[in-house]
Amino acid sequence: MRPFTYSRAKDPSSAIKMLAQNPNAKFLAGGTNLLDLMKEDVERPDALIDISELGLSDINLISAGTNQGGISLGGLSKNTATANHPLVRQNYPLLTQAILAGASGQLRNMATNGGNLLQRTRCPYFYEVAMPCNKREPGTGCGAKEGINRMHAIFGWSEQCVAVYPSDMAIALAALDAVVKVRSASGQERSISMADFHRLPGDQPEKDTNLAHGELITAIELPKNRFADKSYYLKVRDRASYAFALISVAAALEMDQANGPGNRIKQVRIAMGGVAHKPWRALKAEQMLVGKEATEANFNLAASAEMADARPLEHNAFKVELGKRSIVLALKMAFNGGKA
Amino acid sequence: MIDENESPELTEDEKRLFADLMPEDLNEILDTGVNRRHFLKLITMAGGGVLAAQSAVAEQLMTRPFAETGTAEFAPDSLDNGVSVSFKVNGTARKLTVDSRMTLLDTLRERLDLTGSKKGCDHGQCGACTVIVNGQRILSCLTLAASCEGKTVQTIEGIAQGSTGATTRLHPVQEAFLKHDGFQCGFCTPGQICSAVAMLDEAKKGHLSYVSENVRQPAAPAKLSNEEIRERMSGNICRCGAYPNIVAAIQEVHSGKPVEQIFRSV
Repeated sequence: MRPFTYSRAKDPSSAIKMLAQNPNAKFLAGGTNLLDLMKEDVERPDALIDISELGLSDINLISAGTNQGGISLGGLSKNTATANHPLVRQNYPLLTQAILAGASGQLRNMATNGGNLLQRTRCPYFYEVAMPCNKREPGTGCGAKEGINRMHAIFGWSEQCVAVYPSDMAIALAALDAVVKVRSASGQERSISMADFHRLPGDQPEKDTNLAHGELITAIELPKNRFADKSYYLKVRDRASYAFALISVAAALEMDQANGPGNRIKQVRIAMGGVAHKPWRALKAEQMLVGKEATEANFNLAASAEMADARPLEHNAFKVELGKRSIVLALKMAFNGGKA
Repeated sequence: MIDENESPELTEDEKRLFADLMPEDLNEILDTGVNRRHFLKLITMAGGGVLAAQSAVAEQLMTRPFAETGTAEFAPDSLDNGVSVSFKVNGTARKLTVDSRMTLLDTLRERLDLTGSKKGCDHGQCGACTVIVNGQRILSCLTLAASCEGKTVQTIEGIAQGSTGATTRLHPVQEAFLKHDGFQCGFCTPGQICSAVAMLDEAKKGHLSYVSENVRQPAAPAKLSNEEIRERMSGNICRCGAYPNIVAAIQEVHSGKPVEQIFRSV
């Protein structure tokens, strides 16, 4: 690890000020991804500002504003605390499942909600400093595009980068239309929707998110919804636990009760992990399902339509069929209240 | 810590030892001005561990670094960006100055002589370094010592109950690991035990796992199936594959009922 200075911030505004003054400084919270990348010499900050004692870990009902009735998750709340909070378990079981699908008990005890959103790709070409990688070192090329790309993207990739975004939590947040609250050095607060938080690689794969340097994630807000009865987070991976997703699907359904106890879908959310540079909302499949009956045939049609747009690479064509089946299974599990 | 570049030239003793052990390489090594670290590495590669034990000179050389890196005489001026940190380890208050890069794992092992916590992958993938900080299991390899100010750390050395000496009793999880043969090489065992102790506490608090059936039910002490134990312990890897015995040991402590000893069953 390269030398760096370490300081503990006392409050959010001084933390942001300290970061804004130094373009090579980084916030340290859980450290689960940052320290790993520093050991690999991928991240090279010359100053770490420890923000773990700032507070910002409350989980509350939102009592006013556009997200009234929803909940606010502190940016520095630990993943374990968030997944197990009664408000989250009761109203957003999809988020609980997604968080618990990720990493291990030890890591979830360390990792924070804000840090989870900011974790970087696990593309092996990004991690290995001897390999070319436009995300790590712009202009060096992409080792994965023509390399071993079994784990890589099938949607939204560019000639510059085919890496996927690794978080499980963020896939559920995307399906739940979460909003990320950030504060800048000027004291200004702004809200970024999950749809706009992460970026597709384009010509700037080194930029994972639309967060500016000096901005601190203070909270993540979840709007009120009626998905709690019918939602499911499906994660498909190479081993039963503690592995990144080949494909994951966050699925949530709200059924229309207006015309009697019918079987029609009023609202549906589908977001996928392991397929793109950001949480991938399956908007086409969602549109096809609204107003339709919740049948396996309709799930199949929607999933096929969504996956028809996939652009697989040499080694990951299997993800197209896997993605289709995963969407169908996740929707079935969601419809049955999370039971097979 | 000894600066490894401090004496790039070999000492006369080292040259002599080298001449004894690897005579064919001596000239090349002397020409290229190998440093002491490279020298020690070469010695190790040459099976020096075994050979060294037979050589009085070597023994003197090999033991010297350990004596110099003892906890008492640690030179703070060799630290980069030193940070002062006070925390409690296994009930004892410790105060020391650490290099800002020093992980909690390295601090426990190299500065506090608590070598129970193991450095496996050093990248948060194997769980061998698991310790309990402020009551929660975490990975000490991905935790900076500097960030532990004011915290309480429990390592495998502090898991046994009661004071040290004759009154010490092993923790039930430790006893169960012994009874069920929950280890082979033992390298992952301190991490497995720390993880299990904290995990059983998590279950008592009603924490969920990915395989928990009803996510929406109010938190209540969880009854752990073997599948639940496997999922919750998945952050601790065992290369020997002692998993069935580990699960049996944890299940026995969790359920309070005797579990069949798998390694003895026919």
